[in-house]
Amino acid sequence: MPMDVFDRFLRPLRGGPLTRRYPDEPVALPPTVRGLPEVDPSRCDATGACVSACPTGAITLEQGTWSVDAGRCVFCAICATACPQGAIRLGTRFELASRSRDGDPGTALTREIDRRVGRSLHIRHVDAGSCNGCDWEIAALLNPYHDIQRLGIDFVASPRHADLLLVTGVMTRNLEEAALRTYEAMPEPRLVVAVGACAISGGVFAGTYAARDGVADVLPVDVFVPGCPPRPEALIQGLLVAVGRMVPRAGVEEGSPSA
Amino acid sequence: MSGAVEFPGGIEVRRVQPDELASTTARFIELGACYEMLVGLDERSVGGDGLAVEVDLSSVGGPFRLRADLPLAEPAYPSVARLVPAAAWDEREAKDLFGIIPLGHPDPRRLVLHERWPTGFHPLRKDVDGVLRPPLGDRRYVPFEVHGDGVYQLPVGPIHAGIIEPGHFRFSAVGERILHLDARLFFAHRGLEKLVEGRSFESAAPVVERACGVCTVTHALAYAQAVEALTGTAIPDRARWGRLVLAELERLYNHVGDLGNMCAGVGFYPGVSRLGALKERLLRLNEAVSGHRYLMGSVAPGGLRLDLNEGGLLALAAELGPIGHELGGAIRSVIRSAGVMARFHLAGVVPGELARTLGATGVAARASGLEDDLRLDEPYGAYQDIEVSAAGAATGDVAARFHVRAQEAQEAIRLVAQGLAHLQPGPVRAIAARQPAAGETARCGAEGPRGTSRIWLRAGANGTIDRFHLRSASFANWPVVVAAVPGDLVPDFPLINKSFELCYACTDR
Repeated sequence: MPMDVFDRFLRPLRGGPLTRRYPDEPVALPPTVRGLPEVDPSRCDATGACVSACPTGAITLEQGTWSVDAGRCVFCAICATACPQGAIRLGTRFELASRSRDGDPGTALTREIDRRVGRSLHIRHVDAGSCNGCDWEIAALLNPYHDIQRLGIDFVASPRHADLLLVTGVMTRNLEEAALRTYEAMPEPRLVVAVGACAISGGVFAGTYAARDGVADVLPVDVFVPGCPPRPEALIQGLLVAVGRMVPRAGVEEGSPSA
Repeated sequence: MSGAVEFPGGIEVRRVQPDELASTTARFIELGACYEMLVGLDERSVGGDGLAVEVDLSSVGGPFRLRADLPLAEPAYPSVARLVPAAAWDEREAKDLFGIIPLGHPDPRRLVLHERWPTGFHPLRKDVDGVLRPPLGDRRYVPFEVHGDGVYQLPVGPIHAGIIEPGHFRFSAVGERILHLDARLFFAHRGLEKLVEGRSFESAAPVVERACGVCTVTHALAYAQAVEALTGTAIPDRARWGRLVLAELERLYNHVGDLGNMCAGVGFYPGVSRLGALKERLLRLNEAVSGHRYLMGSVAPGGLRLDLNEGGLLALAAELGPIGHELGGAIRSVIRSAGVMARFHLAGVVPGELARTLGATGVAARASGLEDDLRLDEPYGAYQDIEVSAAGAATGDVAARFHVRAQEAQEAIRLVAQGLAHLQPGPVRAIAARQPAAGETARCGAEGPRGTSRIWLRAGANGTIDRFHLRSASFANWPVVVAAVPGDLVPDFPLINKSFELCYACTDR
């Protein structure tokens, strides 16, 4: 048998499938995983060290109540290392997709999308000024481990063929016009999912002259997927939430989840 | 040459008259120096009264810098790019961001701030408020096009068909043959360099890491070394070797992913799938070791922000052998495919002389026969105590870049194993030994998956940043991609582009 035939067709059969079954089966997270920061209230002295150390202003401490905005958090663990009491640790929560930043659930459009697209979803991706971390995680959805096509979801080349616009990055002023025209080229009904801290709030780039503070300043966002970048399973959850095939996790739907 | 010689940050600065900058730079290059970058400066924050432009060079005698002071009223000087083409994009950037005019520049169009930005808005000047977002106008981009019988224009992007970053490519072609490519980038320009001004070295680090998601160790490392040079900080031994492990892991997963992407460029799906799976395996190991799939948040000024996880390191050590074996098998299956190699051979040829003239770095340089690797040329950190074997090829085509990347991926596996053997328990972070005086500068580099990235850093008052400049490896290499494609076929462009595998994010910043 020619080596080529073995290599391309038979060798892959020997190893068995690599594909993981998320969301039907849970993700095996390593112990090092950096999920959303959590505080141990019994150890928190409200010194505010975490608030001033946070590079994106994601943490607030009002009247002794500690909370973190998942849409600003970049999961850097600087808060945990800054806390003199060691009261903060990075948890394991990564399924953080929410339908809004301000509590408006917006389910009507989701039901309409669900009725129209059924279980099939076609996505156009736009990088509106990301560091490309989010984009590589989106690309990882197509590798054999995640194989997003198993869920009836695929990426298309043209916005004219897309149901959903997946936007990464801060929405730079240089790209704004192209992003808007891409959205306008999509048939209705259309969904917009903002991926990552930059697309949700500007992330570490909030306040720059060169960009907006997130995608929602320019496009109507239906679902926000926090992370820096969100891991592939978090992206899958966000996409399934967008089409009503998954529900946001408890404590996330109201915008800013607090620990 | 004129003016005083000083040695801030240990590197000689020679003052030259503005009209001598280009000729002096060219003379040093003729004598064997290498052009590294050109940096625009606003001297008003460090006691000066105008702007300045600095050319950084390296030579066998060490690095040195040429600086020309420019009056605020008329900040112009004869263009360096007329004599040194590698300076072309640097000068266009300084023109947009500082309003420093390179007289006689071969392509004086806008680069970083697109045409719609208002005239006279130069955000890196010290008197411009960094949060100001001026209204944009409707001035349009004028592409460079070739016209003639049978020549047509093919615009592509900035929104592409695949999952890639934004860039606009304008091909002038006859049939399928490319006559000229005009690349318009900087759609991902986020104003990073202005954003970190005035911040402490510590608080700027998470922003610097996010210049680019897949060169994050490289940039964090170059930045950390620059801060450590300014603050006289020596880092603990575990951090030195930890950084080497992280830097080589970054090279490894990038190269494995890029080898797979080159297969995607010719539609060879067995390779795409196999190398894509291997990349995912490496990303999982990255997370097990560092807590982040792309290794963010590990390298910080003074050492490592978070220690490497012992369990993850053990898993990594156990996996290196099988990963090397699988990588070798995947590479052989690509090389054995005659159809793939026929597409790789003689596509996107960059002759060595062109690579040198344009300032190519990394795989783009080494595949064209240039010996260029900062780990060997100016060893830093643990690279001073370890032998790195240089990769190289001479033909300068896609196949050469494939081979160089394949050699480097295998070498990265070997270096990770060596780094792991040197990792001893101990502290991972040192505190800064001193605070630099305002105006002190440092310039440090790191060899990443795409070549040498350099950071130019000047301290302000109280341990803050006065000026930060990142000359990424991708920034240096983009003009090389543009020069590589004329004569090639339009359908080969995605392949040629993938063979360089440059980031837009760290080019655009």
